[in-house]
Amino acid sequence: MDTPVITTTALRKVYRSRDREITALDGVDLTVREGEVYGVVGRSGAGKSTLIRCVNLLERPTSGTVEVAGRDLTALAGRSDRAPAALRAARAGIGMVFQHFNLLSSRTVQDNVELPLEILGVTRRERAARARDLLDLVGLADKARAYPAQLSGGQKQRVGIARALAGRPRVLLSDEATSALDPETTRSVLELLRDLNRQLGLTVLLITHEMDVVKAVCDSAALMKGGRVVESGTVAELLATPGSELADALFPVGGTASGPDRTVVDLTFHGDSATRPVISRLARTYNVDVSILGAAMETYDGRQIGRMRIELPGRFEDNVVPIGYLREQGLQVDIAPEATAEPVTGEPAAVGK
Amino acid sequence: MHPLLTQALGDTLRMVGWSAAVTVAAGLPLGVLLVLTDRGGLLRNLAVNKVLAAVVNLGRSLPFVILMIALMSFTRAVVGTTIGWQAAVVPLSVGAVPFFARLVETSLREVDHGLVEAVQAMGGSTWTVVRKVLLPESLASLVAGATTTVIALIGYSAMAGVVGGGGLGDLALRYGYQRFETGFMWVIVAVLVVLVTLVQLAGDLAARAVARRGRTSAAPRLRLLRTGAAPSSPSAPSTT
Repeated sequence: MDTPVITTTALRKVYRSRDREITALDGVDLTVREGEVYGVVGRSGAGKSTLIRCVNLLERPTSGTVEVAGRDLTALAGRSDRAPAALRAARAGIGMVFQHFNLLSSRTVQDNVELPLEILGVTRRERAARARDLLDLVGLADKARAYPAQLSGGQKQRVGIARALAGRPRVLLSDEATSALDPETTRSVLELLRDLNRQLGLTVLLITHEMDVVKAVCDSAALMKGGRVVESGTVAELLATPGSELADALFPVGGTASGPDRTVVDLTFHGDSATRPVISRLARTYNVDVSILGAAMETYDGRQIGRMRIELPGRFEDNVVPIGYLREQGLQVDIAPEATAEPVTGEPAAVGK
Repeated sequence: MHPLLTQALGDTLRMVGWSAAVTVAAGLPLGVLLVLTDRGGLLRNLAVNKVLAAVVNLGRSLPFVILMIALMSFTRAVVGTTIGWQAAVVPLSVGAVPFFARLVETSLREVDHGLVEAVQAMGGSTWTVVRKVLLPESLASLVAGATTTVIALIGYSAMAGVVGGGGLGDLALRYGYQRFETGFMWVIVAVLVVLVTLVQLAGDLAARAVARRGRTSAAPRLRLLRTGAAPSSPSAPSTT
């Protein structure tokens, strides 16, 4: 799990037009470990799309290196604009799914899935067998003979995923794969990605502007701004980082003190503590009335992580003991300053877009 | 049918058939190269692109009659004669290749670049992209372009009489127009109209059959019933 599969080092991409330069990537170091689902989020223009396209060198980085599965792709690419055979062979081991699916309209679903195998020179019989298996895997076995135009958006993306997996890649790149889908379909496609990640040990690097995607499937995440990665880590690490924007966006908590002489406390659950009923014990042990102002919790692998904003009666000085108890339980406890009546975080979309 | 008419129809079909074959064989790769070598193309090479574009523009701007005269020595070198329908095939092809190449270029440019990237991401080479994406995805449009080109060739072939190529246009010009046999001229024009209509109909059916497989590319409607002869043809057969 800890072997890095994708590593970018000091990746820079500068677009030059006649009279100006646009720096799309400004020194990006990213490490995606084997078997994880890694989400890169950021507003449009933050450089995340350029980043993922640099990983399989659809976009040539201006400087820096990209390593995938131990191979330095930037070295394979050489100087020329065209992709040498070695780079093309490496690309064949990296699956990619696209926002707009990019299925060939003149081919049936099955022929679309077979396309990467044709490029790899697999025999017709093997291609057909593999395509059928993959369509089965993504739940579209009955659509093999349909054309893409006859499918719904979610079905098209499933075909796109099946096609991306045809060459048995270790790595799947997902370029806003769910951004053109409705929420229901998004969920089912994300579940599929999650299942494939678990069943096949597939490493997934996805970029998205939707925080919900990260929340639903990602083990780790990075936030991009202005061509740089400003935060990165596993979801639990991000939560444990005070002031993490990603954590705020993933687990937004709001709510203001109901009056003076109240203490507002933000609790972050990111470890084993989350399995114990901390709040009710607090109330019973210290006989305090705890009100929950807001909470955002998720359950990952049976462990709850997330954040909660609670209010205790009395000023901070009156609550030193209960707060100490919460800290003892392994929670991260932040006291909201009395002046800070407004919510600390914005809506998730504010950062996600 | 009138023996003169039969002979002329045969000449027209031979001229148009051969030059259409040559035009597609040469114009298709030329159109592909125009796209590939252009800015943002897979074989980006602006120098080559500029030269190709200049040749194509030159070929398209020369009036066909001048082209026919100017190419006479070239024609002799290629087919061994400068008269007869064989001699007309050479200038007809030379005139139509740039025309068709531009139509091919336009068709290929309409292919979604995302598809090209998808195949590149799979490890496909430039040749793979051309063979598996650009040509199949634009097939309906290419068929429509070829139809337009064939009809343009029927129009151009009317001038083949200049080199003794014969054909329907020549017959209409000499018997109908110059000998004031207006009735005969109209008969020939009617034959031309039927010929062009049939070509357009066949082309539309083929394009529709191709497009129906994909169901996405805009299938050209049958234009036949609405307007009669070939509204899409940029140069309707000129008989004057």
